[in-house]
Amino acid sequence: MTHPTSDDSIRTGPEGGMTDVQDSTTATGASNTEVMGTEATGAPGSGSQVELAGQYENPGLPAHVYRRSDIDPKAATRREREVATFFGLSTLGTVLFIVAYFAIKPAGKSGDELLSQVGLSTKLLGLGLGLALFCIGAGAIHWAKTLMPDDEVITPRKPLRSSDEDRAEAVAALRDGAAGAGMGRRKLIRNSLLGALAPLGLLAIIPLRDLGPLPGAALTGTWWTPGKRLVSDPQGRPLKASDIPIGGVVHVLPEGIENAEQPLAEEGKATVLVIRLAPDDIQDAKERRWSVDGIVAYSKICTHVGCPVGLYEQQTHHLLCPCHQSTFDVTRDCAVIFGPAARSLPQLPLDVDSSGYLVAREDFHEPVGPSFWERGER
Amino acid sequence: MSRPTTPSVLRRVLGAVSRRRRHRFAPVVLLFMALAATGGAYSAFVPTNDAQASAGFGNQTLAEGRSLFLKNCATCHGLNAEGSSDGPTLVGVGAASVDFQVGTGRMPARELGAQIEAKRVEFTPTEIASMAAYIASLGPGPAIPSKQDVSAVNADIARGGEIYLRNCSMCHNFAGAGGALTRGKYAPSLKKTTAKHIYEAMVTGPQSMPVFANTTITPQDKRDIIAFLKTTRSEPTPGGASLGKLGPVTEGAVGWLVGLGALIGCAVWLGAKAR
Repeated sequence: MTHPTSDDSIRTGPEGGMTDVQDSTTATGASNTEVMGTEATGAPGSGSQVELAGQYENPGLPAHVYRRSDIDPKAATRREREVATFFGLSTLGTVLFIVAYFAIKPAGKSGDELLSQVGLSTKLLGLGLGLALFCIGAGAIHWAKTLMPDDEVITPRKPLRSSDEDRAEAVAALRDGAAGAGMGRRKLIRNSLLGALAPLGLLAIIPLRDLGPLPGAALTGTWWTPGKRLVSDPQGRPLKASDIPIGGVVHVLPEGIENAEQPLAEEGKATVLVIRLAPDDIQDAKERRWSVDGIVAYSKICTHVGCPVGLYEQQTHHLLCPCHQSTFDVTRDCAVIFGPAARSLPQLPLDVDSSGYLVAREDFHEPVGPSFWERGER
Repeated sequence: MSRPTTPSVLRRVLGAVSRRRRHRFAPVVLLFMALAATGGAYSAFVPTNDAQASAGFGNQTLAEGRSLFLKNCATCHGLNAEGSSDGPTLVGVGAASVDFQVGTGRMPARELGAQIEAKRVEFTPTEIASMAAYIASLGPGPAIPSKQDVSAVNADIARGGEIYLRNCSMCHNFAGAGGALTRGKYAPSLKKTTAKHIYEAMVTGPQSMPVFANTTITPQDKRDIIAFLKTTRSEPTPGGASLGKLGPVTEGAVGWLVGLGALIGCAVWLGAKAR
């Protein structure tokens, strides 16, 4: 049978047994109509809802479907065992974690042995921890879903508006407080409080100054200077033009960059890809002017977001950035032919010094890498 | 009309067909015969590699190399290896190039596409050596490396790793798993490539790969790189499954598909009504 468990909620469920299902649904339907009625009076604006409520009969809740464990004691026992199995697995996981923690002490002599022991330990600890935590949750959910009470509960919505007495009381309390504090009378206190509150925001802004010094000119220039030799990265060997065959590629840094104040920051800007093309393949006049016998040098820092561009295809002369697939055509001054990069890669003008080694004629003519606010102001 | 001159087999078939003209399976039988004839003609006319026919050669002679070249390569590379619209000239590519291209099964190419792939090797080592000798005789080029050149003895693995990471890893991946290039081309995996073929690829620059000549990556650098690659193959993975060591792409895919999939599965289970 249906019976209200509290003033405003109605339970239907298996307490009444199978035969009462029909009754309980009808009763629920009736109470539901009431709920909708109160809602409609509480919000007079929703006139259409009132009309709809009158126009259609409230179908009420669908019939309660009983679970197998509600009807069949054997099924309930089976569910009980399943829940217990989950909890048992969780205990096993805890034991596995503790055993693995103490049994596997990575103490291999060789690096490979040590790493494979660490690997085994990681896997077993993870498996144990996963089993221990997941199975507690899974068991609890299975328990709640199959064995705990399965009644539908309806709680009607309460009006949000406070009663008129409560509202009047609150307003009176505010008025009393304001009069007692004398906000209108004691102007000195009010104004000095405002003066104290207003600059509080500065406390949030001032510490931002510690974010670091401004980059200054660091973004516009690199370690390359006129006459600086090109050396291979990472071997540090200076290069002659004859060292590089057509179709050859060398990853290059300026000589002596390891002595810079911040070598990694400087390498990140100055790193260059040297490619030798057949001289006839170069289609751009500036590119040819800045090359030596078909050897060209381009910044390896992508103009999109600064990834190292290094995937050179010898036959198509495409230079591909692995991060976002920006593709540059080396025969046409590294113009962008695909992808999100907005500008060509900056070219490093090359020359040969008196000993025959490849050198930079001068620094890049534009900042390398991605865009930044002040890029155009030079 | 021409009945007396028709070959006897065809005459018999035609006779059989006309006798059973009304039979409902006649069109099916005809179709099958046509298909069989086309297939037979195809297998008879398609060029086959002369591997079996020339398997008996014992000596590396230029004549044998030239003969193999003419039978298997000249269609695309020209009768004198001067090249054509279908294949580049082989004058001056060196023995190393032939040993790499034929020794990995890339040549003879099955078809021209974005990239010519490695496949089953079609020739015996002796045949490859004679073709390499013939091509090397046409013009100077990189030679096949000796065992000494690719030996890992006294190689500096850490240094090899540094050189590999700066010069090779952007295409071939940090663990040699390979990676994609533009428009269907790709850098192949190096996990099963032999030391000799790695060396030859560096000195010759096959297909999209640039040339890493001995003047820029010295023979010692090359031995270090090869030793590093061999070491990475047997390295254990302390963090769990390696996922092919492909980096963030596979890790992300597994995280999103397996991890999120499991979470969604749990959510569906939580919301489902018990029976």
